[in-house]
Amino acid sequence: MLFYLARKVISTVFVLFSISVLVFLIFFATPGVDPAARIAGRNADQETLKQVRKDFGLDRPMPVQYAVMMKKLFITRDLTSFVNRGAKVIPQVLEAAPVTLSLVFGAAVIWVVVSIAMGLVAAMFRGSPLDAGLMILGLIGISMPVFWLGEVVNLLSQSRLHDTFLFSWVPPLGYTPFTESPVGWFKSLLLPWLTLSVLYIGIYARVLRSSLVEAQEEDYVRTARGKGISEQRVWIRHTLRTSMIVFVSLFGLDFGALVGGAALLTEVVFGLQGVGKLTYDALQNLDLPVIMATVMYAAFFVVLANAIVDLLYVSLDPRVRRA
Amino acid sequence: MSEALVAGPSGTAPAVALAGSPWALARRRLVRNRIAMAMLGVFLLIVVACLAAPLYANYVADTDPFRSNLDGTTIVDGKEVPIMQSETEGLGLGVTPIGPTWDPQHYFLGADNQGRDVAARLLYGGRNSLIIGAAAALLTCIIATLIGLAAGFFGGGIDGVLSRALDIVWAFPVYLLAISLSTVLLTSGISLGPISIEAGSLWLPIAIIGGVYVPYIARPIRGEVLTLRNREFIEAAVGLGASTWRILWSDVLPNILTTVIVCFPIVMAIAMLTEAALSFLSIGVQPPDASWGTIILDGQGLLYTRPAVAIAPGIAIALTVLSLNVLGDGIRDALDPRAKIKRHRVG
Repeated sequence: MLFYLARKVISTVFVLFSISVLVFLIFFATPGVDPAARIAGRNADQETLKQVRKDFGLDRPMPVQYAVMMKKLFITRDLTSFVNRGAKVIPQVLEAAPVTLSLVFGAAVIWVVVSIAMGLVAAMFRGSPLDAGLMILGLIGISMPVFWLGEVVNLLSQSRLHDTFLFSWVPPLGYTPFTESPVGWFKSLLLPWLTLSVLYIGIYARVLRSSLVEAQEEDYVRTARGKGISEQRVWIRHTLRTSMIVFVSLFGLDFGALVGGAALLTEVVFGLQGVGKLTYDALQNLDLPVIMATVMYAAFFVVLANAIVDLLYVSLDPRVRRA
Repeated sequence: MSEALVAGPSGTAPAVALAGSPWALARRRLVRNRIAMAMLGVFLLIVVACLAAPLYANYVADTDPFRSNLDGTTIVDGKEVPIMQSETEGLGLGVTPIGPTWDPQHYFLGADNQGRDVAARLLYGGRNSLIIGAAAALLTCIIATLIGLAAGFFGGGIDGVLSRALDIVWAFPVYLLAISLSTVLLTSGISLGPISIEAGSLWLPIAIIGGVYVPYIARPIRGEVLTLRNREFIEAAVGLGASTWRILWSDVLPNILTTVIVCFPIVMAIAMLTEAALSFLSIGVQPPDASWGTIILDGQGLLYTRPAVAIAPGIAIALTVLSLNVLGDGIRDALDPRAKIKRHRVG
């Protein structure tokens, strides 16, 4: 077990390092335009360009530039935006993080609960119209662009049906901190949670159903039935547990990516000032230092989430320890 | 004896009747899948409609969907009305484009905030969305096949390097990778050796979207090639003195082709959603070109007054992606009869 952990830590560190190099290369070494011009933003003057070159060590060799960048991101944490003059990037990211965490956490709770229920019901009634209906529903959820769904939700809840009993409780777009008003926090996030979770409910219900169906064919399930264990226990203890292995590994990837800013489309549509919205605003005026910082932050979350998932995996499936 | 022989085949007659190449069998299975066929119909209908965009714009609606038309007029119920109408509701400030007239000849879905015909833009935009989706999916499948073949077949150092590279890209959230690449290349384009793509070209989103999904296909293909490599028929080919290229081309490739074909519609669906997202973030298709994503972006400002502008392209995306997903499921079932048999046994 200790050996397994040590190996995991080493490979996590390796992936983190590689991703930071990849991000660095994308922003500093893509052939085409001078990176200084990119960082300085649109129509920057010579003075700013000079400043950027000095700040990021662009006249020095690549490895030095990489080191300067990493130092700015993690040690001195004084990466500054040149588009929004002098704005420090890291504090902005840290400030936005709770919003994103609130959004993703709530959505995750909804999608895990609903998709497990959907997957279980569909697998139990396999071949019935109920199964087909649930799976088509899931497929529709996967096929809708999330930002479009968000706009339709806004259209109904903020405008067309706002004065009906259905949506009269919906506050204007934006985020209310939990510390300010827990109820307001819940109200401001309920629709974004539901919108964000639709896609994942679709994916997870379908994945879970197919792995449940597969597990039902296994010999140990037949044996369990043969022993006279109740049907409920067979599904929960024998089938669902093994099927959760795929589910959990998928969940780790998606949760990490969302916390890291992949929820930006939902944040943009609902006006939530999270990390994704920060990235989006930076995109609007090509503010590269901000984009770099959020992408790096995101990638780290994904890798961390993966490492945690791997540990969970071990407790679900002890065989992995020997692999 | 002879009677038994005659009786035997009669029992298996259906199997004999079905015999043919595996592809023909698969096609027959697919054709029998009614839902998949219906969705194929929907998909083809959308493709044909989008291909006919210039016909619609020039001969039916008589409009130029790429030029702003703020002072123009159109005909509703036989009366001439301005396309940009003065606000009558709310504060009475500003102008609102004309809403859907449901008349195919005059602004069927209304106008956007530049007075352009939304219906015509929807069709033109669909062309770009479909082209980007299909080309990106093709690119993904080709690159992934090459990488998967090389890594799985040659193993050793080549596999080590390629698999590590795939792992790193895999660990990177797809959307953020696509966003980073699009942002960096948006204004400058890219020139890598013989390949050079101008800024604003459709090839830019195609290359980016096609690139970021490679690991998702390449990893399973690599796994399949790894198991194929140790099969007897490959060994036999090696023993017969077949060259490496010959083995790859005529023994390995045909066996992984089904995987690639099953993946294609699903990758295309994902690529179209990604394109829509990038365009919505204004780093995909660049104006004056349109795609379904950019039209949703255009409609965002008009959401509460003229919702049709944003809603129509969303429905178009959802329908196209849904039909591709259903088709993908159907093709998978048709090509992998074992999945079918399994299903029959219990359900």
